[in-house]
Amino acid sequence: MTRITVTVDGVVHEEEVEPRLLLVHLLRDRLGKIGTPIGCDTSNCGACTIMMDGRSVKSCSVLAVQADGSDLLTIEGLADGATWHPMQRAFHEEHALQCGYCTPGMIMAAIDLLKDDPDPSDEAIRHGLEGNLCRCTGYSNIVKAVRRGARAMGDQEVTT
Amino acid sequence: MTEELDAGIVARRIAESGEPGEPARDAHEVGAARRRKEDARLVTGRTRWTDNIQLPGMLYVAFLRSPMAHARITRVDASPALHRPGVVAAFTGRDLAGEQGSLPCAWPVTEDIVVPAHPPIAVDEVRYAGEAVACVVATDRYRAYDALESIEIDYEPLPAVLDMNAALDDGAPRVHEEGNRAYVWKFGTGDIDAAFRGAPVVVERTFVQQRLIPTAMEPRAVAAQTDGDAFTLHSSTQVPHILRIMLATVTGIPEHKLRVIAPDVGGGFGSKLQVTAEEVLLLLLTRRLGKPVKWTESRSEGNLTVHHGRGQIQRLSLAAEADGRLRGLRVDLLADMGAYLMLITPGIPILGAFMYNGIYKMDAYDFTCTGVFTTKMPTDAYRGAGRPEATFAIERLMDELAAELGLDPIEVRRRNWITREEFPYTTVANMTYDSGDYEAATEKALALFGYDELRAEQAGRRDRHDPVQLGIGVSTYTEMCGLAPSRVLGSLSYGAGGWEYAAVRMLPTGKVEVVTGVSPHGQGHETAWSQIAADALGVPFEDVAVVHGDTAVAHKGMDTYGSRSLAVGGVALVRACDKVKEKARHVAAHMLEASAEDIEFSGGTFRVRGTDAGTTIQEIALAVFGAHDLPDGVEASLDSDATFDPEDFSFPHGTHLCAVEVDTETGATRIRSYVAVDDVGKVINPLIVEGQVHGGLAQGIAQALFEEAVYDSEGNLLTTTMADYLLPSADDLPEFVTARTESPATGNPLGVKGVGEAGTIASTPAVVNAVVDALRPYGVRDVPMPCTPERVWRAVQGAAS
Repeated sequence: MTRITVTVDGVVHEEEVEPRLLLVHLLRDRLGKIGTPIGCDTSNCGACTIMMDGRSVKSCSVLAVQADGSDLLTIEGLADGATWHPMQRAFHEEHALQCGYCTPGMIMAAIDLLKDDPDPSDEAIRHGLEGNLCRCTGYSNIVKAVRRGARAMGDQEVTT
Repeated sequence: MTEELDAGIVARRIAESGEPGEPARDAHEVGAARRRKEDARLVTGRTRWTDNIQLPGMLYVAFLRSPMAHARITRVDASPALHRPGVVAAFTGRDLAGEQGSLPCAWPVTEDIVVPAHPPIAVDEVRYAGEAVACVVATDRYRAYDALESIEIDYEPLPAVLDMNAALDDGAPRVHEEGNRAYVWKFGTGDIDAAFRGAPVVVERTFVQQRLIPTAMEPRAVAAQTDGDAFTLHSSTQVPHILRIMLATVTGIPEHKLRVIAPDVGGGFGSKLQVTAEEVLLLLLTRRLGKPVKWTESRSEGNLTVHHGRGQIQRLSLAAEADGRLRGLRVDLLADMGAYLMLITPGIPILGAFMYNGIYKMDAYDFTCTGVFTTKMPTDAYRGAGRPEATFAIERLMDELAAELGLDPIEVRRRNWITREEFPYTTVANMTYDSGDYEAATEKALALFGYDELRAEQAGRRDRHDPVQLGIGVSTYTEMCGLAPSRVLGSLSYGAGGWEYAAVRMLPTGKVEVVTGVSPHGQGHETAWSQIAADALGVPFEDVAVVHGDTAVAHKGMDTYGSRSLAVGGVALVRACDKVKEKARHVAAHMLEASAEDIEFSGGTFRVRGTDAGTTIQEIALAVFGAHDLPDGVEASLDSDATFDPEDFSFPHGTHLCAVEVDTETGATRIRSYVAVDDVGKVINPLIVEGQVHGGLAQGIAQALFEEAVYDSEGNLLTTTMADYLLPSADDLPEFVTARTESPATGNPLGVKGVGEAGTIASTPAVVNAVVDALRPYGVRDVPMPCTPERVWRAVQGAAS
């Protein structure tokens, strides 16, 4: 067992973990952060995407021990109280989700994409999200949502 | 979920809502692009997936699965696993043989069908790779999986049965003792021999519908618990009501002691329309151990053991006149059942039997389907279920016929389709299409697509021998939705009816709870049903809550599949609302001191005809709750329920056009544009409808270009992971152009037809027709699905040589 410290959505956790424990299982089974789902076991689907020290990671592909000392942000910590993040609003407005299983990972990946390219083209969005699979939407509305989210985040930056 | 209706809550609600009664409203929710009520919990991570359930003392289950496609189990001993840390119990099929029963098949399509026993855990023999052979129950999931390696099991290999044609040969190795032919089902109308005798044109083709893995994003999960008397099962299922009945039958747990809950379910596409081994076994395990148990599959486990879709060989002959008019169609199917008949395995190809004629008129039709056992995962419903296969066949044949005759594929369709004046039209397959306008949908699609311009570009590329050729594919599809009229299901030997249920609870504060028997898993029924109820009752959209997916609160229903929820369940809701209004009308008459015949209802208000005197439905709800002054003989409740059984199916249709660029040197195919014009009748929420079309297109295109469940020569599944089974990503799909035409269904008061499967049904042939069209100058007449670069390249090379 290894002792680790992680901050998840602003809360500090100290845990004893087996070295093999996946970060996503630490989040879901130990810390109750069940907002982050698991869609595959080969890191293809991206449903479990979270932010680790500000950049997106597939939490099924990170060992809990590798996250020692990290600051993690999951979909549960994204909203500011009752105010949704612009990307959450954009997904709602553009009907960019149906069953919603891929949505937490998709939103996190989209926010990370905008860090490198704040005003992405449709092609850049499609290419940037190819590590996140959705079975319901056919992606058209997800592309629209990311565009809308990008605009809203840009506006937010201008006004703040 | 519902709240207990105690006096305190009611008083609080009345206090919070101020004056009961909202301003009168006109009907305007139906047709509005309402954003979904479901989204709030989904975008914030507050969703209730089955795997999220964690109860005190919960144990975790892992299954040992057969590494062989076909083998006799000569020895199995699970007891060594009991010495591993955290292991509470371990069982083999023999341990559970006395109580595990057989997984049900509810659709024995013929009298002499072979329905083999299907034990949830194999006892003596395994018949597909991935079949469960033992299980471990432990204190956490890692420990459960760790202990699987301690189970001792010996297999004696038996020959795999993989090829359907070979499986039917005399002396072929048998999947089951009874032989590999599960059934032969025949259907036909008209004089088929006359249709082919002397026909100027006969097009004969064989198409293979490859096996697909449905791949809902949420892997299956099951959690079961008992208090020693009653049982609760959470499952990632589309069919909690069917599941309850079937699990009660299989396990012997009385139906009234079994509650089944489908919490939030992350997609299904037919794959969660099933009664699975794991659902049965989790109930048995909680019964044996007295502790809550949970199992969640890994994706690799799911690819092996979630039922597959499609899996057919289609031998087709189409007879036509020299001008392209159709005379008759022969369909001879081999349908891959896999190793066992699961819930509706045998019926899937039969659902297609009535659709092979598509939207076309012809004189005769002959259909034969042979269900074949193989040593593979059983097949069953996958988005479209039988109808995509039928539509693919006829739409590919129409393009082949056009090529044979040198006609434009649109023109050959025009010469054969049912014209708008001919509805209602009874087809050669004895289906009566109530409404449609194929001309309008096609005209709209051609205009949006820029058909003539693309044909001109195609001609240019052909003339200059451009290595990148342009192909144009057409699909003018129809499908049958709204499964299903109970009388039809009965005539097809299906084990249940096709009605649907809804109830409306008028709460004292004027808020409304709608109970529905359908079981949404991503479709957005909470939103659409709220829109329907809001208009029907004249209450605000926000004042409606929709309750579903829990047999304790929505006790009755037939669940969600076959594009049925709206066309059947939505209509049940309208009927239930009608009953509420009828009850309320009598109370209103009493309150307004008028006769019930003089009361009219509009926008949530009951008025005395010709006067301003009125009372709202919310005021009536409160008055009925108080019950201080009700007319004689009127009960103190507006609550009502209704069951709707459709008279007939509904028949959405549309015209899909696909343009692809095919690199003849590399075989790479790129979809350049895709236009879908669909006629799904009246629309409750255009946003949701468009989303369904988009998602359907993605899955249909995926069959055409990307996906295939591949087994090796020993019967091992090679596509067990998402790295091997190619789900399209955003980068693989184009922006879709979608539009609608509207011919209301005549069989229901909403005029709705259903949309869940349309995109999938229509798009596969549109894409393959486009690929073949691009390669016709090279002599290519078909490319097997999925049209991967390798297959396209080989088709070009093969035709050239």
